[in-house]
Amino acid sequence: MPLLEVENVTKRFGGIVALDGVSFVAQPGEIVGLIGPNGAGKTTAFNVITRLYTPDEGDVRFEGKSLLGVRPSGVVTRGIARTFQNVELFRGMSVLDNVRVGAHARHGDQGADDLLYYVNLHSLRYRPASELPYGTQKRVELARALASSPRLLLLDEPAGGLSHEEVEQLGTFIKRMRDDYELTILLVEHHMGLVMSTADRVHVLDFGRKIAEGTPAEVQGDKQVIEAYLGATS
Amino acid sequence: MRLKLALEVLGLLALAALIAVMPQLVSSFTAYEMATVGMYFIALLGLSILTGYSGQISLGHGAFMAIGGYTTAVLSVNGVYGHHIRDLWTIPIAGVVAGVAGLLVGIPALRLSGLYLALITFGIAVSFRQIPLKFDHFLGGTSGKVLSLLKTPFGLSATPNNWIYYLTWGIAFVLLVAAWLFVRGKPGRTLKAIRDSEIAAASSGISLARYKTLAFAMSAFYAGVAGSLYAIARGFMNPDVFPIVLSVYLVAALALGGVDSFLGLIVGASAIYVLVNRTADVTQWINHLPAVNLNPQRPGMPDVIFGAVLIVVLIILPTGVGGALRRLFGPLTSRLYSKS
Repeated sequence: MPLLEVENVTKRFGGIVALDGVSFVAQPGEIVGLIGPNGAGKTTAFNVITRLYTPDEGDVRFEGKSLLGVRPSGVVTRGIARTFQNVELFRGMSVLDNVRVGAHARHGDQGADDLLYYVNLHSLRYRPASELPYGTQKRVELARALASSPRLLLLDEPAGGLSHEEVEQLGTFIKRMRDDYELTILLVEHHMGLVMSTADRVHVLDFGRKIAEGTPAEVQGDKQVIEAYLGATS
Repeated sequence: MRLKLALEVLGLLALAALIAVMPQLVSSFTAYEMATVGMYFIALLGLSILTGYSGQISLGHGAFMAIGGYTTAVLSVNGVYGHHIRDLWTIPIAGVVAGVAGLLVGIPALRLSGLYLALITFGIAVSFRQIPLKFDHFLGGTSGKVLSLLKTPFGLSATPNNWIYYLTWGIAFVLLVAAWLFVRGKPGRTLKAIRDSEIAAASSGISLARYKTLAFAMSAFYAGVAGSLYAIARGFMNPDVFPIVLSVYLVAALALGGVDSFLGLIVGASAIYVLVNRTADVTQWINHLPAVNLNPQRPGMPDVIFGAVLIVVLIILPTGVGGALRRLFGPLTSRLYSKS
């Protein structure tokens, strides 16, 4: 059984159709890439899965059970954690407290220290989150998400704003994280190199519609995908 | 982190000792003045939980103090089914009544934030004074309700002024410790998470509705207790005991003390007291400055001075007294933490 099933989801904002009958699944242990040009509906898909948005049509199932009756704050207790495109940290709190809040969802605040070692932030644990550089803040966000012991982790553009070396490390880290914590990962990313090197399967969105899916190699050669990214070739 | 805990406990013990000996050091009248400061302090503690921690603003906390004051007045003067309740026992009831009112305000507040919440709560402060006028046979109208004189109970040998001092600061200390215990662990982190990012808090499993209304109810409970004590100390309750502008003073004093610094709030509470009750003295101090000659008797002078002091302080100390202390001791304590 797939861990996550997004089935025929449509989400409209006024006259704009942000998602138009989108379906995809994530199998346990997979790293699934969700790519597409700006405005393709990738983040909207994340917000539907995490219940910040309610879809107009379709269903989202996690472990076979619909998520549509779950409140946004209940999603994480089901086992789904996420990071945000533009880092949503608790800026006035220390790194440690940020991670502790993540851990509240499932089991008090134990394990925060181990996680901080895991993401290599233990020496910074008492620093206010707002004082850290952007790339480091992204790691704090990752640790906070991991602290809730998720089975599905949603990463919204984890490579955004990172340097070239940092992106390479991130790719390795995402795979290691998947193995160490037995995660399924859904990855929204602009950075093609990262998606192609880490994802097992890729789904391509354009203007709210899914236009392709397959292995990274298959998707890279797809004519529609190339058109979506580079514009129609005449 | 153990060290931080030890320092905080030590600070609380020092405060307790200071509270205990203070009346031996000052006149009976000064003790009464300090009791009033303690009442503002209690109200500010609640407001700090609401604004400093949960990030919601209230310009209507004077109304919650008034609810506390009226609860005490009604229970001790009118009585319940003919039984007059001792003023002392009305204090927790006043807190609970105000807390329920806070809960009721907190529910619509879930849909509002920032400026809109400030406006709505200010609307509550402005319109609340009509309620005692409307139900004047029950709440006393403009002429108000006269409470029994402040008496020292249980045959204690304290003067009434010292008694209200110990009563107020005893309650203030208990409520300070309660607030400290509340915010230093999981609930405090939860409220701060909501303040810093509602979307991330919800995604971390925090029920925004539950914690935001809880913060409103708690802060109104504190305000109700403060208002009850204030009515007991004054021995009188009418709509002017808690004027509309008090709600604004409370928010200003919160900014002055530092929104999430409990001990800084004592400074904020003192500022309200001095600027409301001792304007003549403040005017005298300011007149020592070169080329300043203010008349303390001029109407509106307290407000002008309060405003001017607030502006100057917030330019110099944008994070309030608490924030300034933290900056001063920050380098020292953070070094201590990283060693522990």
